[in-house]
Amino acid sequence: MMPVVLWTDALVFLLLAAAVGAGFQVRRRAYLLASWRRVGESRAGMAALLVLLAFAAIGLLDSLHYRPRLADANGRPANGYSTEVRSALDALLRPLRNAAEKTYSAPLATHLYARETVEQPDGTQVRLFPRLKHGGAHLRDADAEWGGDVTWRVLRGLLIAVLAGLTFAFAAVHVAARRWGVRRAQAWRNIRRGETRLAWNAALLTAGLLLLVAGPAVSLAGGYHVLGTDKVGQDVLYLTLKSIRTGLVIGTLTTLAMLPFALALGIAAGYLGGWVDDVIQYIYTTLNSIPGVLLIAAAVLMVQVAIDTRPDWFATAAQRADARLLALCLILGVTSWTGLCRLLRAETLKLRELEYVQAAQAFGAPAARIMGRHILPNVMHIVLIAVVMDFSGLVLAEAVLSYIGIGVDPSTISFGTMINTARLELAREPVVWWSLVAAFTFMFVLVLAANLFADAVRDAFDPRLAGRRNAAAVRERP
Amino acid sequence: MLAYVIRRLLHAIPILVGVNLLTFTLFFVVNTPDDMARMQLGVKRVTPEAIEKWKAERGYDKPLLFNGNAEGAARLTRTIFFEKSAKLFVFDFGRADDGRDIGHEIRTRMGPSLAIALPTFLLGLFVTVSFALLLAFFRATYLDFWGVVLCVAMMSISSLFYIIGGQYLVSKVWHLVPISGYAGGLDAARFLLLPVLISVVAGIGSSTRWYRTIFLEEIGKDYVRTARAKGLAEAAVLFRHVLRNAMIPILTGVVVVIPLLFMGSLLVESFFGIPGLGSYTIDAINAQDFAVVRAMVFIGSVLYIVGLLLTDLSYTLVDPRVRLQ
Repeated sequence: MMPVVLWTDALVFLLLAAAVGAGFQVRRRAYLLASWRRVGESRAGMAALLVLLAFAAIGLLDSLHYRPRLADANGRPANGYSTEVRSALDALLRPLRNAAEKTYSAPLATHLYARETVEQPDGTQVRLFPRLKHGGAHLRDADAEWGGDVTWRVLRGLLIAVLAGLTFAFAAVHVAARRWGVRRAQAWRNIRRGETRLAWNAALLTAGLLLLVAGPAVSLAGGYHVLGTDKVGQDVLYLTLKSIRTGLVIGTLTTLAMLPFALALGIAAGYLGGWVDDVIQYIYTTLNSIPGVLLIAAAVLMVQVAIDTRPDWFATAAQRADARLLALCLILGVTSWTGLCRLLRAETLKLRELEYVQAAQAFGAPAARIMGRHILPNVMHIVLIAVVMDFSGLVLAEAVLSYIGIGVDPSTISFGTMINTARLELAREPVVWWSLVAAFTFMFVLVLAANLFADAVRDAFDPRLAGRRNAAAVRERP
Repeated sequence: MLAYVIRRLLHAIPILVGVNLLTFTLFFVVNTPDDMARMQLGVKRVTPEAIEKWKAERGYDKPLLFNGNAEGAARLTRTIFFEKSAKLFVFDFGRADDGRDIGHEIRTRMGPSLAIALPTFLLGLFVTVSFALLLAFFRATYLDFWGVVLCVAMMSISSLFYIIGGQYLVSKVWHLVPISGYAGGLDAARFLLLPVLISVVAGIGSSTRWYRTIFLEEIGKDYVRTARAKGLAEAAVLFRHVLRNAMIPILTGVVVVIPLLFMGSLLVESFFGIPGLGSYTIDAINAQDFAVVRAMVFIGSVLYIVGLLLTDLSYTLVDPRVRLQ
């Protein structure tokens, strides 16, 4: 196989490297570490972090792309590579990916959603619901065995989940006991009662819940379509898992794209003042006064025309779709940096008058150095809060934009394209509800976790809330 | 005051020129007049003469930004940019690609857009402020906690879910109102009920949480303690003192969107088949009709600037400390 690094992949891993680097920075600085500890002390924050990590793991797996080697007629590897780009997640989910049916089928169904005319062995034709090729194909008598088989698989999944959860919890307690220097029973009691500094009980509980959902799902996915299939027979569970990466990419890369603009322009406007301030204010007022959706629409149309008229730019369809995804991130970034820029300008205006900046000026430090070394680190909390607060909004925006037709490429699997194709299915009789419900549920969990995490981060880092926090601590003291 | 308003309006001119320049560049960098002519004429009838004729008819046969062949000021005025955007300033939008007058379309479609946007705005403001006051009244109780949880959950749900779910439940399962469509006069109420309700519900989560924070910030201030010390009931404190002072930060966010109500809502209008400006914009985006998109961008920018001005003026009304100069 030949590894393929799409543009978004490269940026995702750049972001990961930056996050790891930032992690090391935080470890070295006590005041940053204290703020992150406060995030960990929040039970909602810990639970949300764990869910986000699970989503991020899926997204990262889906960001390792390759082109498989072509096989010849006998199945032996041949020269050359397929034009189809796959990811590590595709390889992991191969049974789901390959188990395509003819058309819709309900979750856990054994029969197709629509009637078909089937020829019997004796030559007569009957209209019936044909059996699925993959869903429940291992059952000989589907109607009689279905209930027992599903129950058995759910129980097996739950059992594995419980065992895995207990092992995980035991390992966590063991490690905790070693680190705190207490007996294991004591460590367990501390965690259970929430008497630890970080909210380990919330983390363990969330991990347990995730396992309890994932266990039966994995166990059932071996023989059924857990969330049904869509119009062309693709497994809906596979589609939703693939959608996660698109949502994460849009939520994170957009902020990555806008950050340099917002930081440089915001701080420069606030610190330098004068005509620089006027020009930057003019730029962001102009951008701000264009209705966001229209600016995005105009820009996406342009990108679409540019991509369509130059087919030679891209080797594979995946690379073309990826270029459009990246372009969407950049466009969303360009249209959404103004808010952060204004916040940074206001904060810089305040910092500029503080003694330590004036001392640096008195020492004759150049403006660029003062902005980079003295002001930038002191506005980073605003940047962090803005980044985490924007994430959930961007994930939601992707769905809306894809619905309007100015979102991701129609061939990119995303929550927006899933909802868009599934929306007319509600008009069918009986209703095809599973694609919509699956997309909305996964999106809801992702956005809810992001919102809760953003709240925890804001509470921990916002200095305006710090005063209130200290006041509360003083009041509580006996 | 008047001088302030006039100065602010003069400030708007360079911004609007910038907006036009930006949209103009965005479009013509990739999509030249030749491309537009080819797309409009269709693949079969494309000859160099036909393209030239199409461009001449629509005034696209001039240089984009700078005319080297002309003299004096005409170097800048005899260009596509000047001819196409100067007219926007007197609200002459020209014709769409299908030959219809854009100005006329906008005037007729403004009504349905407002018929949805205005009730949504007023009802939404009333509901969210009351809900936020309720949460602030019961602050630090279980009601407050679960109210906030509900808000966070509601703002984590996609707006598409509210629309699709609402349409399915109310129109398809319960058959209460038509799924989509529009009619003039009093008949419109039947069609407007569901979209208005859905828009209000979809907006509850984030607004309520924001207003609640504002109220709680006000409740912590000294004048509230004074009011309580005087022996006022908690309800009187909330409505007579806190609500009135909290109106100042609430106004910042609210007044600026009032003019934008004219633009309608892209999503709701297209889902419910309402012939307003929002669905007009979506149709234009899908048809790649640039004349319409540019007109809507221009109107949107004008309305936004008007909104900012109204926000400043409204400050002087609610906060006597603010003086404009």
